[in-house]
This record gives sequence, structure tokens and C-alpha cells, in this order.
Amino acid sequence: MTPITGLTSVPDFLKAWRHTNGWSANQTTMRILVIEDDAETAEYIRRGLTESGCGVDVANDGKSGLLMAAAENYDVAVIDRMLPGPDGVAIVESLRKIGKETPILFLSAMGRVEDRVSGLRAGADDYLTKPFAFSELHARVEALARRRIASPAETVLRLEDLEMDLIARAVRRGGERINLQPREFALLEYLLRHAGQVVTRTMLLEQVWGYHFDPHTNVIDVHVSRLRRKIDHGQNRPLLHTVRGAGYSLRAPD
Amino acid sequence: MHPTRLLRSTTFRLALIYLGIFGVSVLVLLAFIDWSTSGFMRRQTDAVIEAEIRGLAEQFNQSGTRGLIAAVDRRSAESRTTRGLYLLVRPDLTRITGNLSRWPDALPDADGWITFAVEFGEGEGDLGRARIFRLTGGLRLLVGRDIRERQEIGALIRRSLGWGVGLAVLLSLGGGLLLSRSVLGQIESINETSQRIVSGDLSRRVPESGTGDEFDQLARNLNHMLAQIEDLVAGMKQVTDNVAHDLRSPLTRLRSRLEVALMQPRDTQAYREALEASIAETDQLLRTFNALLRIGYAESGAPREGFAMVDLADLTRDVEELYGPLVEDQNMSLQIEAGEGPTIQGDRDLLLQAVANLVDNAMKYAAAGKEIRLTVADDPTPVLTVADRGPGIPVPDRNGVLQRFHRLDASRALPGNGLGLSLVAAVAKLHGAELLLGDNKPGLVVELRF
Repeated sequence: MTPITGLTSVPDFLKAWRHTNGWSANQTTMRILVIEDDAETAEYIRRGLTESGCGVDVANDGKSGLLMAAAENYDVAVIDRMLPGPDGVAIVESLRKIGKETPILFLSAMGRVEDRVSGLRAGADDYLTKPFAFSELHARVEALARRRIASPAETVLRLEDLEMDLIARAVRRGGERINLQPREFALLEYLLRHAGQVVTRTMLLEQVWGYHFDPHTNVIDVHVSRLRRKIDHGQNRPLLHTVRGAGYSLRAPD
Repeated sequence: MHPTRLLRSTTFRLALIYLGIFGVSVLVLLAFIDWSTSGFMRRQTDAVIEAEIRGLAEQFNQSGTRGLIAAVDRRSAESRTTRGLYLLVRPDLTRITGNLSRWPDALPDADGWITFAVEFGEGEGDLGRARIFRLTGGLRLLVGRDIRERQEIGALIRRSLGWGVGLAVLLSLGGGLLLSRSVLGQIESINETSQRIVSGDLSRRVPESGTGDEFDQLARNLNHMLAQIEDLVAGMKQVTDNVAHDLRSPLTRLRSRLEVALMQPRDTQAYREALEASIAETDQLLRTFNALLRIGYAESGAPREGFAMVDLADLTRDVEELYGPLVEDQNMSLQIEAGEGPTIQGDRDLLLQAVANLVDNAMKYAAAGKEIRLTVADDPTPVLTVADRGPGIPVPDRNGVLQRFHRLDASRALPGNGLGLSLVAAVAKLHGAELLLGDNKPGLVVELRF
């Protein structure tokens, strides 16, 4: 990691990510492939991801992108949907056909529901519409990379003394039972599954509520702060943190 | 109107064709009239001649040549009134008696009829029609009629018929011209209007005659279309103006903030703050931008392809679940009245966005401590209502608030991009729903009637 000085200061959410990704200690650097024909966009993504500690390769057209994705084992591929050569959908289909399960995040200027649905159906794992915030992209890349590690068979999720029993649908902190509404339970489950990562409000709205719209006001914040009151109230070590400019992170305190 | 244009015009060509057909029909009709009238007159003349011949033959049979001569003499004397022609000649064609000076040269037809130029006293030059006989003893007899009058009548009839044809041609030509001119005039005015519109004056309208004929209907349809286009163009212009206006200020703020931050060396914290503020500003811009895209998407009608059944009661309960905590935090309450909800064909995300926008608005404008009521009913079509206890919207402003970026002056200070209600309007239109703003006494009640 390069030291942070002056103007190269990274936003909070990057720091938060670097800070807390305890899992990365026993992991090699996250390797990400970016297939994007707009050189400037590609460069911003590369710089942003590099500064947050990822190894980034960039391909500027579909053909070289597909070759790189097929030859290497990337943790995540970020693919623009519209590309010269084979387009994003063609690349995903080719990769899946040869048995490559690299998680794929589509970037697209087409934000319609059908476009998202058809992109996901083609085999992409997530979909992000341009224009997007880099924090959003970063959080999603991280979530996709991390998904490979998380074991879906777990029945109990833990972070420090917070414990969620998925079968009994019970949550305890320091052995003390916490009563959660069904939505709060789902919210906490998602945060626990992405513990140590930054999750954005949009990700929560999409993944926990299943909605694809812009609620304008800070509705998600209210839900998160209610959850925070329930799990962190009166605790010395708060677990649910707000990451300025990005979203939230459930992690052990500094 | 230019004459060559008139000649080229379809209507004029049609008038000419009509004129041609009409002229030929008139000619055929007149020819028939002519033929039947002169035929009738000839038959009459012939009948008179036959009768005379029968009379003379009787004289000849009773009194011989002498009696015949006397009869011919008598009849010749009356010829001034009867217009009869008589001539009795010897075998060598020398005249015995009659009112003709010499035996005509014309050759008779099979029945013995001849037509010849009359050569006698005052009738000279007239046409005669007669029948000739050879009598026993070699005498020859000619009995006929001067047919000049008949000819004159025939000529008179033909002349009148000719005038009739001429008049008919003139009238239909004139009519064709007038008709063509009036039709062309209407097309011309449509053309002129289109040209004005093409050159940028969209407020132009085709004049309507009010007669309800095809041209009037065409004019009305064109005007209707033009009004719609003008609305759309005005809407687009409004959007562009508003985008320019509403995005200009945040973009200016963003730029000057960044510029000022770079003006002189600062510590890391100062730079960080400037950048963070810029990011927040950019997020707001992106949000406005996305809202515009979403409105455009709803207005394009494209989401209709993905329509599925949406339970409106479920939808409001989802909104309550999502917004309830926030509404409570703001010291208001969100009340739902929805039983077994009616279902409609729709786009769930867009409907959710629309209802969320309405709740958002209600929260923004309604006074603290008051309730926001979300109602779903089926009377008789599905109706979704969002009612608040805020200041409401004055009647004259109700149309305006559905426009993009429209914000009542009173609300300028509140956060928001002024796109909330126009998205609701676009979603309503997409679902074929009526969007009604009403008075909740006090407060605003927004109704979506599907």
C-alpha cells in the first residue's frame, strides 16, 4: 500500500475498506479485470480500485477482454455492456460456456428494467447503470469478490459477540437476545454476510428490499439507525458504522 | 394563384375530364334530338306527299289526263300556302303543267323519291323533296314539297343545340375553375401553414371553415396534431430550459468550490472537505439526472412491455414498511387504508417510485404532527390516494406543479429537484391513470385513478 499524502487522499469509504478487510490478510490482493472501451472511465476505475488495494487489469475492447478473462482467474470482472468487438453479453455468455465462474459486474448506459434483467439473465452477477458513483462501484465489486469466500451453508453468522442463528431466526449480542422485525433481521443478515465491507444504500434497497427505485429521502438511514439502536445501544464496541459518502459497514470497531 | 399552377392542379384536371364526358353526353343527346325531330318532320312531309299522290291518282283514274292536269293546275295555284311542288311532263320532259319550270336532273332512289334544287318563280334556290311517277301514256308526274322551312327549322334546332353545347361547356369549365380554385385555395392555405411551421412558427394553424366537410376535418385533424406537437416541443424546450436553469446553479457551485480549493495551498483537511462537498453536490446532480432519465423512460411507454400484475394494497403496505420509520421520525404518521387491494397491470418499480414520491412530498410540505393517509379503493376502478394535512396547492397552481422542475415559490427553499410530481404524472400516464390534485381541507389529496 502506498502512503497517503496530500491530494492523493482517499475517501473515507476506501479507508474503511482497507482498514477493516481482516480477511485480506490471509488473502492475496484482489484481482480485478476492467473491460471498458472509454479510456478515461477505464483509467478512473483502475486508479480507484488500485488505490483501494486491488490489482487491476484493463482491456479496451471486447476481444482482448474476453481473452484475458478466459486466461486468468480474476476475482471480479467489471464489464461495460456496450463494447467494440464482442459486447458485454457475448463475453459473459462465452465465459459461462467455458465454465468460468468469475463474478461479473455489468456497467451500462442502459438503465431500463429489461436491460438489467437481460444482463443478469445472460450470466452477469450485478448491474450498475451509468452514471454511477465510484463508491457504489467499489462496494459492489467488493461484495462480488467476497461472495466467493462466504459459505452459503452457514447457519450461524457471527461478528465479535454478535450472533445470528439463521435457523432459529434469533439474534444475540453478548448472549443477550435482541428482538428484530423481519426486515431488520434481513438487513442485519445482509450486513453480516458482508461484514467488513462497505454496503451502499442502493445495495441495501436492492438486496434487502428488492426495490429498484430512488427513494430520494434517507429512508434506508432510518432503518439502519433503528437497527443500530437495537444492536449497538449501550455497547462499548459499536459494530454498525456509517461510511461517509458511501453507505454502511458492519465491522469490529478500530 | 399562378395560372400554370391552376392548370396543373388535380382538381382542374378532374374538372376537364368531367367536362369532356359531360360534353360528349350532351352532344350525343342533342344528336338524338336532332335526328328524331327532323326525322319526324320528314315522315310528316312524306305522308302529306303520299296523300296528295293518292288524290291525284284518283283524279287520273276517274277523269284521265285532262282531270289530272286540272287537278295539278288547281293545286299549283294553292302552292303558295301549301308549299306543294307539282310538275307534269310529256315523255320528252317538256312541261305540260305545274309550278316547276323544268324536270329536275336528280336521280330517284328505289322508292322514287328525289331531293332537288327548286327551279321556279319565287321559290328558286329552295330544296324540294318529291316523288316521281311514270304514267300510262309516257307522261311523268312529280309531286313534292318545298322543304326549305323544314330545313330551316332543322337548322334552327341544330343551332340552338350548338349554343346549348357551347353554353354547357362554358358553364362546366367555369364551374371547374371555381371549384378548383376553392379546393386549391384550401390546400394552398394548408401548404402555406406547413411552410410557416417548417420555418419555425409552430403556433400557426390551418384555418377551419367550420363546414364539417372533408377539408374542414383535415384542417381540424392537422390542427389537433399541431397542438400536440407544439405541446411536446414546448415541453421539451421547458425541460431543456429547466435543466439548464436547475443544473446550472449546482454546476456553478461545484466548479467554484473546486476552483477556490485549488487557489492556494491548503492543508489536507481543507482539501478533503472541498472534495467531499463536491461529491455531495455531484450526487445531487446525478440524482436529478437519473430522475430525468426515469421520467423519460416512463414517458417513452417502453415499460409497458414488462407490465405485470401489481397489487396496489401490497404496494402501499410496502411503501408503509419502507417509509413508516422515517415518517415517524418526523413526528407524522403514515396511515394505510387498504383491504384486499385491487390489482392492475403495471411496472412495480415505477409505481413504487410514484407513490414514494407522493409520500415524500407529503412529508416535505405537511406540518409536523399530522397524518399522511394512503388509501387504496376500488370505486369502481382502482384508486390510490395520498392525502396530507399540509398547506395544499392553490387551484390555479395545480396544473403547473405537474410540470418538470416546477416548484411553488413558497417551496423554493426546501430540498428537492422539483421532479417528484412530474415523475408521478409520467407514471400515471404510462398506466393510463388519471392524476387528480384535490383539496383535503386542509391539505393536498393526490388521486391516481387507474
